[in-house]
Amino acid sequence: MTKPITLTIDGQKVTVPAGTTIYDAAKAAGIEIPVICYHPHLSANGLCRLCSVDVGGRVQAAACVTAAAEGVAVKTQSDDVRRGRRTILEMLASTVNLVEAPEILAYMEEYGADTSRFDGGEKRTASVYDDNPFYLRDYNQCINCWRCVQVCAEDAQYAFALSFDGRGFHTQIGTFMGDGMTDTTCVFCGQCVGVCPTGALKPKRQAMLEQGVSPDEIFQQTRRKRKKKRG
Amino acid sequence: MTVSVDLTPLTPVLEKYHGRSREALLPLLHKAQSIYGWLPREVQEAIGRSLHVPLADIHGVIEFYTMFYNQPTARRVIRVCEGVACHLSGSAGVMEAMETKLGLRHGETSAYGAITYEHVPCLGMCEHGPNALDGAKTAGRLTPDTVDDFLAGSYPEPRAKVYGKPLLTLKRIGEVNPLSLTDYEAHGGYQGLRKALTMTPEAIIEANKSGEILGRGGAMFPLGLKAEFVRAAPGSTSEKHVAVNADESEPGTFKDRTIMEEDPFSLIEAATLMAYAVGAENGWILVRGEYPRSYRRLRKAIKKARAAGYLGRNILGREGFHFDIEMRLGAGAYICGEETALFEAIEGKRGFPRIKPPYPPSSGLFNQPTSVNNVETLVMALTAFTMGLDEWRQLGTEKSPGTKLFCLSGHIARPGTYELPFGVTIRELIEMAGGVPDGKALQAVLVGGAAGVFIGPDKLDMPLTYEDARANNVALGSGALMVFDETADLRQALANLGHFFAHESCGKCFPCQLGTQRQMEILDRIANGRAKLTDKQTLLDVGFTMTETSLCGLGQTAATAVMSAIELWPELVSRVP
Repeated sequence: MTKPITLTIDGQKVTVPAGTTIYDAAKAAGIEIPVICYHPHLSANGLCRLCSVDVGGRVQAAACVTAAAEGVAVKTQSDDVRRGRRTILEMLASTVNLVEAPEILAYMEEYGADTSRFDGGEKRTASVYDDNPFYLRDYNQCINCWRCVQVCAEDAQYAFALSFDGRGFHTQIGTFMGDGMTDTTCVFCGQCVGVCPTGALKPKRQAMLEQGVSPDEIFQQTRRKRKKKRG
Repeated sequence: MTVSVDLTPLTPVLEKYHGRSREALLPLLHKAQSIYGWLPREVQEAIGRSLHVPLADIHGVIEFYTMFYNQPTARRVIRVCEGVACHLSGSAGVMEAMETKLGLRHGETSAYGAITYEHVPCLGMCEHGPNALDGAKTAGRLTPDTVDDFLAGSYPEPRAKVYGKPLLTLKRIGEVNPLSLTDYEAHGGYQGLRKALTMTPEAIIEANKSGEILGRGGAMFPLGLKAEFVRAAPGSTSEKHVAVNADESEPGTFKDRTIMEEDPFSLIEAATLMAYAVGAENGWILVRGEYPRSYRRLRKAIKKARAAGYLGRNILGREGFHFDIEMRLGAGAYICGEETALFEAIEGKRGFPRIKPPYPPSSGLFNQPTSVNNVETLVMALTAFTMGLDEWRQLGTEKSPGTKLFCLSGHIARPGTYELPFGVTIRELIEMAGGVPDGKALQAVLVGGAAGVFIGPDKLDMPLTYEDARANNVALGSGALMVFDETADLRQALANLGHFFAHESCGKCFPCQLGTQRQMEILDRIANGRAKLTDKQTLLDVGFTMTETSLCGLGQTAATAVMSAIELWPELVSRVP
């Protein structure tokens, strides 16, 4: 066993097992560091950088992927840290539709983000894909957190139906040559829908209910035909 | 419309790569594209089956690299550079002439699919600006009047522009046939490797450490220390790699291209020397996709070196010293110059940089110990080692020993690659290069490329050393110096840099993916005279956020030049009354 690590987080002394991330160490001390892309059951990729904290280094460190180090003094709420978070949130607000992402909207409040600051900037727009009986894909609400791509691949299902279109700001989750989900290797396990934090992926039945379609009608449209057992 | 694709010509290619896995994806896509001009669905499916790569992943890779096409594209692609240096030398006029002549605009393909026309953020031939590529054929110093010749294929390819004193690393350039191994040997080639084989790898690493050679790619990490880490990492020689970062894509930088095109054997020898020092059997060189000539020449040189026993098993008769090099051609992604993104590209993936740690010496290519160095760094280390570290240290300053390659471009009489001892001042370097043409005054110099910083005329007496750069908050970076005369529109230059980073952000982390886009939009607005009162503060916030919170060096430096300009000339980003 390697020795436990002792560090301070916002002035509070914390001792954790070696290899613990700053995010988990803070959590153990009752300090909540904001995260968007991070999910406890998936590989952390350090994408959203909202969890960036001051560790006294050249630049800030993403708490979800940075191991706690002996003697480090972490600041999770310094002015610089809050300035970075606020700006990331402001840029995000100007890019995608966050109406169904209450956690992110709450962060906007908490960090005083001016959601109209980048008004006039290009938005990431996409069509809504209604190409299978199980779920809808509305990438106008997608923040590129990669969770769906990860559960579809090595983090869970090994179905490899999803990848990316484009690059940079114009990156979007996509399938092989834009094929509809039923033409891909998707097995409709539903895990991508389960981990989506913004409502970009939504069960079709839920979406139809929201649109005021009657439950009977929904059932007619989405039920699976019972297959006869092979004799 | 149904397009049927004949897969017959692809079959021998797939057979050649039979049994390979995903790391063969980039070469296979290049080969397939050279057959079909683009990558139709059926071709992608055949490649996926052959290499056992999920189709979604192949799609993601093609979408990432700008030089791979999944829509009908001509075999002949004309690429014109829209980089800052080319802009300074008049690329706008060349583009206009080109577009009129071809009847095509950026991204368009001619009616019968004969020609595709594109603007490219930087082709890395800044000393020859305005420049362009016709397929794999290079052209420089284009004018609206020479566009006809260029399109007709009768325009000559540019020659190397190399200057300096003493010429150590660049001494063979212009003196030898770049592809003659005999010439190379007659001009001091392979003396370094022969000398190395009389020493233990540990002694070579010690020598490198004492030579204090810092990485020339921008991060300035000590070479000897890196080598020591790789040597000490657990694993056999067959599980260790020497990767050469030849994805030189920093606008204003072309020194690595000069070395690869004009003296390719020196890079092969340098990589072999590094392999001996760190104890690695596997060599990789990733050359950026926009450097077809470098790729071609290196590939030929590698074949010749292999045939002569300089690569392969028991090199130079040394029992147990095995090393060979596999080449990779990039496909249009600046980010692949980031060392971990470079690994991802070699492994056949989208060039997303990885989270560090782990660092390459313990877990790099294929998660195995990897020595990864820029072309100049390796070749400089070879030069220093061959001439002797004592003599090397006589040059330069105490803290920055030896020589350095500088790339001069923009408003300068003799642009080119300059090899000079550390300590030369920027003013001396500019004078050596003939100064600013047409008697105009110097307005600014962009030091270190697009990710570098602007300096004004008051800083010209700064000696070019690591210590002086650090003291002046300047990073030498790649050694690029782009000169702007008094007539240059710096707002336009900033907007150009903004476009570059927005185009090249990989899209992995939020601050860079979003920040490069917003920075570009604001800089565009300012360049068009429509600045808002709040723009300066917004640029500073975006810049701060990208610098502090981005995942990799690209995002962390995407605002460096802009913020240095704001500090020097705040009026640039203020609203024009």
